[in-house]
Amino acid sequence: MIELAWLIPVLPALGFVIIALATKRFKLLSALVAIAAMATSLVISLGIFFEVLQMGITMENPVEYSVRWMSVPGIEINAGILIDPLTAVMLLVVCIVALLVEIYSMGYMEGDPGFSRFYSYLSLFASSMLGLVVANNYFQMFFFWELVGLCSYLLIGFYFGRKSAADANKKAFITNRVADFGFMLGIFFLFYQFGTFNFGELAEAFHGYENIAFLTMAAILVFIGPIGKSAQFPLHVWLPDAMEGPTPVSALIHAATMVAAGVYLLARQFVLFHAAPVSLLTIAYVGGFTSIFAATIAVVQDDIKRILAFSTLSQLGYMVMAVGVGSITAGMFHLTTHAFFKALLFLGAGSAIHAVHSNSIWKMGALVKKMKVTTWTFVIGALALAGIPPFAGFWSKDEILLATKEAGFTGLYIIGSIVAFLTAFYMFRLIFVAFFGEDRTEHEPHESPLCMTVPLIILAVFSIFIGFWGAPFVEHGFASLVYFEHPHHVTPDYMLMFTSTLLAIAGIVLAWLVYGKKVISAEKIKNRFQPIHNILYNKYYIDEIYQWIFDNIVLTIASMFKWHDRNVVDGTAHGISDSIRAAGARLRFIHTGSLQNYALVIFIAIVLIVLWMGMPVLGGIQ
Amino acid sequence: MITIYHYLLLGAVLFSIGLYGAVSKKNAIAVLMGIELMLNSVNINLVAFNRFLTPDAVTGFIFTIFVIVVAAAEVAVALALVVKVYRERLTSNVDEIDWLKW
Repeated sequence: MIELAWLIPVLPALGFVIIALATKRFKLLSALVAIAAMATSLVISLGIFFEVLQMGITMENPVEYSVRWMSVPGIEINAGILIDPLTAVMLLVVCIVALLVEIYSMGYMEGDPGFSRFYSYLSLFASSMLGLVVANNYFQMFFFWELVGLCSYLLIGFYFGRKSAADANKKAFITNRVADFGFMLGIFFLFYQFGTFNFGELAEAFHGYENIAFLTMAAILVFIGPIGKSAQFPLHVWLPDAMEGPTPVSALIHAATMVAAGVYLLARQFVLFHAAPVSLLTIAYVGGFTSIFAATIAVVQDDIKRILAFSTLSQLGYMVMAVGVGSITAGMFHLTTHAFFKALLFLGAGSAIHAVHSNSIWKMGALVKKMKVTTWTFVIGALALAGIPPFAGFWSKDEILLATKEAGFTGLYIIGSIVAFLTAFYMFRLIFVAFFGEDRTEHEPHESPLCMTVPLIILAVFSIFIGFWGAPFVEHGFASLVYFEHPHHVTPDYMLMFTSTLLAIAGIVLAWLVYGKKVISAEKIKNRFQPIHNILYNKYYIDEIYQWIFDNIVLTIASMFKWHDRNVVDGTAHGISDSIRAAGARLRFIHTGSLQNYALVIFIAIVLIVLWMGMPVLGGIQ
Repeated sequence: MITIYHYLLLGAVLFSIGLYGAVSKKNAIAVLMGIELMLNSVNINLVAFNRFLTPDAVTGFIFTIFVIVVAAAEVAVALALVVKVYRERLTSNVDEIDWLKW
């Protein structure tokens, strides 16, 4: 199966071409092409996964093969496939979520005029994402990294007729470009120093490399890429706005897969960050800060998708933090579980939005009576996210908390615990407001069709059971597959489990008291802490600060450059042409137009030339 | 005894008269006549050189015939231009024929 790995990204790419060129007019056929391509990729991924398990392919001895992609003197770039447990897990996650989202979209996008276009973009995205996952070198990864960025741009702006969507996709693209520039510089520095893009060869080159300062700089530059793609502070601003795209897109790209690519990159070349401890520390604190920063914002938002978006930010912060404290096992495990339950939550939110035609949780309410499947799968997703045992999020989140605690980051551990509490609170605030309580809907909601509910149920099953894969008492579980240097078997820390569960339950109970039972008035709290509420509601004014910076600083610098261009650069060019024109204006008067003048001038010139040339013959002027 | 110098002197005098006519006359026909004089002075030089320096060859004579032919063609074109200009502008004064200026 492993020799077929190259087909995994190629099949969806073919699907994209077929839909774009042939089946655009036949909507159902387009969807079927995309789904068939994705399902085949999933089958191959499953085959690879089991082969990895059976053939004893571990993180130390991956299977790698490559062909020459392009070659110029001095630089040879290969396109290759790198299969190790990390790749295998990531392939499965991407394929499963992508397939389910594509099935779900048949219902969600039904009747949309851009139905085929939607599926072609989804296929292109899946292809790029899978290409990114199997990449064996930085250059290939960067190539697909940009491609997923492009797909994200196309899909956020899917309803490009709406100005907000058009603005959001520009914002996403530009923010990501800023980050990708850092990433690119990092890659170039590494290539400059070590002469290769290949992950394995680079890992060997780092071994025993003395110049830690250089490695630190390269590592931090490479980390800027994930800061953008995985929406870490301070480049997180694009992700909440990215919710302008269709909800299945938010589920696939902006929750489960693309935004996780940053974390995947950190895990893929962890050896680089490991060799530069300062960069690791930076990663840990950026992740930790993002997690609590986004979680506090999520508490006060009204838009169901925005709450989930900030929750995604916060959970991505968790993963980055886990990698930062040195445990790619915990980070990747949380990535896996999070992909399933966050995709579930987004698809559930999509189902609810589909039914009530509004994004605001205050326009929903009592959906449990009309939409049983959606509600209960959503609750399962929320329980998994909140970290209630035995749901998936509990195991992965605990592993992250344990990793931070064991690595000695007490501050980050406390932050992580607070985030766990906040997560439980805002998720159940959402649930009690949107799915229970009194009916505030303006339309008559009805349950979504089967092709939407079945993926929800499948994802819910994953959200319940996937966590056991990495539970601390499971032998040969996740931790023995994906690790750095040597498998790290955690001993269950019951005290920590108890605390985090208690915090999560406390969050749920508080949400129930405030929004379910209404014992505590949300209005009163809001009025009491009006300034804090305002800050949180406006997302710490980060967007406004950026706006101010652009308006005042960037535009000032830009206008200086404009002045320089207009006056110095253009001035030089215009000065040359103006002076030539002025010289011409003066010289034109010697052209009298009188033939006889010209004849005289020619004659005098000839006489002078003859005299000059005749000088030696005539004896010259002594 | 007439030597080559006499011929050359005659050519030089004719050339100077022709040049003076071409440069100073106002009438376009007179200018053309000056040019013809200059061409013919050159012809005299060519014939004289041929006769005195290389009596066995005919290069100079052939050249002279060419020059006469070209001069005839040139005069035909030039006179046609002068006639045309005169019909347009009612003048053949070369000082007034300066439309190509600027």
